[in-house]
Amino acid sequence: MTTLDFSTTIGNAWFPAPTFTASGCASSGRELAQFFPLREMGGVVTKSVMSRVRPGRPTPRMAETPSGMLNSIGLQGPGIDAFLAQDIPYLVDQKARVIVSIAGETVEEYSTLARKLRSVSGISAVEVNISCPNVENRGLVFACDPDASRRVIDGVRRTLGGELPIIAKLSPDVTDLVSIAHGVVDAGADGLALINTVLGMVINVNTMRPQLGGKTGGLSGPAIRPIAVRAVYQVHAAMPKVPILGMGGIATGKDALEMILAGASGVSIGTATFGNPTAIMSIQSELKQLLIDRGFKSLKDAVGYAHRSEIDSHE
Amino acid sequence: MSPINKNAKQVLAPIVSNKRVGMYHQIIVNIGDLAQKCKPGNFVAIKVGGENSALVLRRAFAISRTSTSSINGGTMELIVAPHGQGSSWLCNRAEGDLIDIVVPLGTAFGVPTEPVPVLLVGGGYGSAPLFGLAEVLNTRGCRVDMILGASTASNVYAPMEGKRAVNTMRIYTEDGSAGQSGRVTDHLYEQIKDLNAAVVYSCGPMAMLSAITAITTALDVVHQCSVEESMACGIGVCMTCVLPVTGGDGVVSMLRSCIDGPVMDGSTVSWNQVGKSL
Repeated sequence: MTTLDFSTTIGNAWFPAPTFTASGCASSGRELAQFFPLREMGGVVTKSVMSRVRPGRPTPRMAETPSGMLNSIGLQGPGIDAFLAQDIPYLVDQKARVIVSIAGETVEEYSTLARKLRSVSGISAVEVNISCPNVENRGLVFACDPDASRRVIDGVRRTLGGELPIIAKLSPDVTDLVSIAHGVVDAGADGLALINTVLGMVINVNTMRPQLGGKTGGLSGPAIRPIAVRAVYQVHAAMPKVPILGMGGIATGKDALEMILAGASGVSIGTATFGNPTAIMSIQSELKQLLIDRGFKSLKDAVGYAHRSEIDSHE
Repeated sequence: MSPINKNAKQVLAPIVSNKRVGMYHQIIVNIGDLAQKCKPGNFVAIKVGGENSALVLRRAFAISRTSTSSINGGTMELIVAPHGQGSSWLCNRAEGDLIDIVVPLGTAFGVPTEPVPVLLVGGGYGSAPLFGLAEVLNTRGCRVDMILGASTASNVYAPMEGKRAVNTMRIYTEDGSAGQSGRVTDHLYEQIKDLNAAVVYSCGPMAMLSAITAITTALDVVHQCSVEESMACGIGVCMTCVLPVTGGDGVVSMLRSCIDGPVMDGSTVSWNQVGKSL
């Protein structure tokens, strides 16, 4: 029997499989538990949580687009205290591995959120979402500004100390993604989540107005996959030692493999779950088989394989 | 906290029949034992478009009726209007085709424990799940009356067998092409009083549900409505289908119409805040 080491690591966090939910696409995980045991995937990345209760943006919040969708949820959530009281104990009870995603309006809010996570047990890593496009003021998208990105990650790193790995979630809507990635890694990020949704708009030709209540929204789904693969490839080429959680339109095991070959150490599945509640489970088993079929003994050997030159790959 | 959608399963289910009924398709799907778990008001999420489709989201459809005793085993009935790409795809499925479904989802209509008079109000093909509900209410001994409305006669969904499940059926069309000219809410206040209805059940466009709530609130009658918001997932993970709902503490929050609905207490929905920022 062929054995495959399917595990992955991000900073000091170990996961038995490289497959995760994407933040904002699985709520807090509870809703998916009806369809498969949450512990069977690599981990749950929870919906980005803020300091306080947040109602989010007005409806309509969704527009389906060719091979994708626009959303403008606007970080609706219960606030960190309710989240830690209700959702984390449930996930721990389910033996799920948890990456908590946090989002703030100011550098200080991120640090405050990080402080609340410091003493919570059962968390494997923290995703710092500095790239949600669904905010009123585009100036709040920290990940579009190298200096602001660094300051957020620096603040979170100082607050957390060395205990929990930090994953910075970046936006593809920038001119030079590699320089932003360098900045956050220098400031203390252990890993990167690439990519958040791409800012987009749909105009309803009957009402002749933007379709979404929030006017603009984040584009996700297979439509953005080539953008995500490019982003992961570029960043991995510049920083091959930094683990990347790759995401953007992954819907099959083949899509996941493509992201791994580009340089991702793990993959997050988002929009595919909307179309198929068990998408993560089938992607996970398909990916495993594809790696075995290609003769890999370990997932890690496949990470960034697309970067190898002809000579490397014959060694 | 109770599990969410605790009876829901994802299965490949065969289509038993697909017939055109006026502007709509009546689609019967064999769902086996899951039919026993479906209650009036629940919905099904269906993968549309087939392999390699550019349609990435599931489509939610109200279950109009279920049968646990048909020769095909447990079945569910869907009434589908081929309006968009997804619903057109579904209406083009042939007998024997397998469809990927997640069922049953969402909340169900609450059925009274006493045999009280009830009034069912439907708009367009929103009336479909009310016929399954009427059958259940009949078995509880409730007197069931129904009011249906649509823009024009061809948009009224009122099957023959459905008429047998109700005591009276009034029809309103905005252009007067069937029944009375006007809207379902035109005489609703008097009709609720005359029938001494204890509960109004409704399903249809949001503006209709909002107008009914204004009347039921004035009369202090319970209004259970099945809301309609566009959904991306149907299972509670995407947060797109939210509605402003007033909680027991008086605070309005955005609840998901897929898991906290589609059946909601109309008096708790903050209708004038739908589509606005909280």
